[in-house]
Amino acid sequence: MNSTIVSVKNLSKSFKGFQAVKDVSFTVNKNDVFGFLGPNGAGKSTSLRCMLSLIKEDSGDISLFGMPMKSNRTAVLSNIGSIIEKPDFYKYLSAYKNLELLARISGSSVSKSAINDILEFVGLQGRENHRFRTFSHGMKQRLGIAQALMHNPELIILDEPTTGLDPQGIVDIRNLILKLSQEQGKTVILSSHQLSEIEMIANRMVIINKGETLIEGSVNELLNTSQMVVRFQLDDVQRGLKLLSLDFGIDAKPDATGQELELEIEKMRIADVAECFVKNGIRIYSIEQKRKLEDYFIKMIKEG
Amino acid sequence: MLLKNTINELIKIIAKPRSYIGFGALTLLIGVILLAMKADGKSFISFVTASFEQTLSFNGEILNGNLMAFVILQMLIIHVPLLVALVTGDLVSGEAAMGTLRMMATKPISRSAILGSKLLAGAIYTLLLTLWMAFMAYGVGQWMFGSGDLIVLNNDGLVIIPSDDILWRYLYGFGLAYLALLAIASMSICFSVFSDNSIGPIVSTMSVIILFTIIGSLDVSSFHSIQPFLLTTHMSAWRSLFEMPVPVGDILNSVYILIAHIIGFTGIALWKFNKKDINT
Repeated sequence: MNSTIVSVKNLSKSFKGFQAVKDVSFTVNKNDVFGFLGPNGAGKSTSLRCMLSLIKEDSGDISLFGMPMKSNRTAVLSNIGSIIEKPDFYKYLSAYKNLELLARISGSSVSKSAINDILEFVGLQGRENHRFRTFSHGMKQRLGIAQALMHNPELIILDEPTTGLDPQGIVDIRNLILKLSQEQGKTVILSSHQLSEIEMIANRMVIINKGETLIEGSVNELLNTSQMVVRFQLDDVQRGLKLLSLDFGIDAKPDATGQELELEIEKMRIADVAECFVKNGIRIYSIEQKRKLEDYFIKMIKEG
Repeated sequence: MLLKNTINELIKIIAKPRSYIGFGALTLLIGVILLAMKADGKSFISFVTASFEQTLSFNGEILNGNLMAFVILQMLIIHVPLLVALVTGDLVSGEAAMGTLRMMATKPISRSAILGSKLLAGAIYTLLLTLWMAFMAYGVGQWMFGSGDLIVLNNDGLVIIPSDDILWRYLYGFGLAYLALLAIASMSICFSVFSDNSIGPIVSTMSVIILFTIIGSLDVSSFHSIQPFLLTTHMSAWRSLFEMPVPVGDILNSVYILIAHIIGFTGIALWKFNKKDINT
């Protein structure tokens, strides 16, 4: 039985006549890695800012850990670690000193060794005495995650944590989030433009657009992950299409270049299709899984 | 939490290079004045006292540490607010511009405690700046020029204060100067709450001081009713301590008005900061 950690109901916020968020609702359960999706300007950051009481909502109810945010702000915030938009620190202070300042107001006692441990956890050991202004973008993100984790919160809110990172940095952050969820049992809300990232690590998600909730639910259910979209690169695409139609009853379609065909198929049958192609003398150059979330996201945005 | 964050605020002030501009500027300005007076002060004093020499005979050293402290305090009381505002005007808006206010506001500390700690840290910084000004003007002045009777020219004419009756006046004088600078600090922090950039509150503070100084000095009947309530009118209240007899009532009135300004600006700042949307 999942217990609800975050409950947002009919959240609305406008800025000088511009409706940034309108009746947004979603719930996040304990141990969820919750994907918060939406195009630029959809209202993701505004919703997260309202959740953290950085901005005051016009209407709606926000409850965290079963407590209304408005009347329990400090109690709620002591159990949350967050990065909103980008991690900003005091440029003239070292990484360690920055964490020490924030630890002092984190609501729990964070020892010096705990600060060093968290710096090691995010891979910043040896850089603790370097000033923040000398840090690369990736190191700033890591320090941001360190400040979000150092007081051992139950809920972690990460707003676009991989923006501007190199591929290795993205993988590192992804692994870090999985580690937090699977090994430490943290609940994570992850707002991201990296759809593949959400698809890979989130178990539940909400999509918002133009300030409104489009859909919310389990990633598996929404994407029907037993069905996959797969691309085959073949030496004879036309014959491949015929075989698929005759042997499997699948209406596949060639891509624009005519070098590949794309089909939606159950995961278990991919090997059968490949075997059929090989037996009939069709050479397979590659088999590639196409991310379904990308299509689903675009479809939802268009419909929305 | 208020105390913990005040420690944080003081650490930030100590680490910021701009915090030292005030101390450097005071050292330089007062140093230049003292050295110039040491080099050529006697001829300057002769020029000033020439008109009295037909009716009065001056014995002893007029150019002494007490006179230097008076001259310096008079010269700097209008300029030191800029040095105070340089730091206090940046306390909220600087963090808003840098994005660190967002980081702070997501921690379990109330908005009132965040602002309260900034006000406390600003008050401590202002106190240190005032003490430095006192040390440079009075302490270094005494060391370079020695002690002596103080001759002051004010609205009622020439006042001569014996050297053994001066120290307490300076103690209260610098106390009053601190109260005036504290009012400036609370005003600049108040402006800082309304802004998301560093420069705006500093420029606004100086603009208000210049505007109020002009209004306060103009002999226009429509301004007469507001002049007694202007902050700048009471910034020079310390001068009353060097009158004979000391107008205690006037000084207390200035103290009340300065405290009212501090409470007013602090109240506005708290009200605004508690409802401020942190969008940066």
